[in-house]
Amino acid sequence: MTKKKKAIICRCEDLTEEDVLDAIDSGYTDLDELRRFLRIGMGPCQGRVCIPLVKRILEKKTKKKISYKKMPSSRPPIVPVSLGTFTSRNKNEEKKKN
Amino acid sequence: MKKKRKTDVVIIGGGITGCYLAYLLSKKNLDVMLFERNYLASGATGRCGAGIRQQWSTRENAELAKKSVEMFEKLSSELGEDIEFTQGGYLIAIHDKKELNQSKKNVEMQRSLGIKVDIINPDEIVNIAPVLDVKGMDAIAASFCPTDGHANPFKTTFALANKAEENGAEIYTDTNVSEIIVDDKKINGVKTDIFDVSTNIVINAAGVWSKSIAEMININLPSIPYRKEIMVTERLIPLFKCMVISFRDGIYFSQQPEGHIVGGIPIPEEKPGFKTLPTFDFLNHMANTLTRYAPTFKNVNMLRHWTGFYDVTPDARPILGESDKIKGFIQCNGFSGHGFMLAPMVSKILTNYISDGKESDIINSLSINRFKDKKISHERNVVG
Repeated sequence: MTKKKKAIICRCEDLTEEDVLDAIDSGYTDLDELRRFLRIGMGPCQGRVCIPLVKRILEKKTKKKISYKKMPSSRPPIVPVSLGTFTSRNKNEEKKKN
Repeated sequence: MKKKRKTDVVIIGGGITGCYLAYLLSKKNLDVMLFERNYLASGATGRCGAGIRQQWSTRENAELAKKSVEMFEKLSSELGEDIEFTQGGYLIAIHDKKELNQSKKNVEMQRSLGIKVDIINPDEIVNIAPVLDVKGMDAIAASFCPTDGHANPFKTTFALANKAEENGAEIYTDTNVSEIIVDDKKINGVKTDIFDVSTNIVINAAGVWSKSIAEMININLPSIPYRKEIMVTERLIPLFKCMVISFRDGIYFSQQPEGHIVGGIPIPEEKPGFKTLPTFDFLNHMANTLTRYAPTFKNVNMLRHWTGFYDVTPDARPILGESDKIKGFIQCNGFSGHGFMLAPMVSKILTNYISDGKESDIINSLSINRFKDKKISHERNVVG
């Protein structure tokens, strides 16, 4: 049982099932509040792994179904992109002009 | 039938100022109910750059900010929760002689209030933040205040709300206020989704939505919503401690305690309105400007990019205090992008006014009446 609670839920932010349960116990019972308190879903993977897991843990714990409308937003650029890539837009436009 | 409830104060809005007011008013043994239509810190508070700065061009803002910093310094121990307050300073780039003259005036005023701030040369800029390229920044100097800093907006808001509830305040999230009831030019109560409340005081702390709250009782606020965009990169080893900003370029960025670089910049063609979609123009403009300030960041990955709102007033300063048209209707909005950093002192002044009737020069000079006589003095030190 103890082993199970140490299961990693969010690898980006290094959070275990126990961390999530503790946060729910201290009153963060909204998916968005949990996200902002724990930073789940805000790492490089953008919550692909952790958000569905946290949703299930929260539903089980609060015995309330969470609607898909209430799922946290995904933010662009969806996958990590280097800042240098975004600056390259200018160079391409300059090339076109020349 | 819905039961009717009674309370001393109703607060509309569960952002930093709403929760700070709930905490301070409940500490004074007043009955407080806070209504937030979404979740706590779901608006501008939870989307902001989280900087705390005392370097302002207007005396009121500088004074509010200085006293707010003194309150932030004690807040973690006061609330019994870590709000992750750090003081790495704010470095404001100065690009030309005109800016230097304005900065000298500001520094003199800020120092007269007891704020530790200096004008530094390019070598000192690089000593403070080695990632910066002074040439790329196009900076001839900078002003630097080491006691400016940063706190975690979510944790600060949650910690204040927790303490307020401990003091007996009632906080209702996912709850709309649908009507404000006025009787003989006095606040009489509010109607919400869950019950009606009878009260004599309503505080309008709904950020950019404050204007529509005030419209419910035909009070016009001059605030305009502006979409603001902001981004966060992957985590890096600690590189620099200060927030770097430029009024000319509009950029601000800092490294968070967890290692991410968080920063924003306005896109030049931005027009006011309730737009929430992030733009590609921002990514391009931000990446260009940020890599000009710190060239090594071109190899750093951006993870997320989101938007929030500034509720901008004609002079970029907040609207505070009681309405002279309707007794008991109190404004705490119009922060023009600087609500998080000013929240402690603003909440304290309003709490003193509500609980003890204590007037203050700051409330008087920031009341909504200032827009009538058109003698407003504009806050120049605005970024983002």
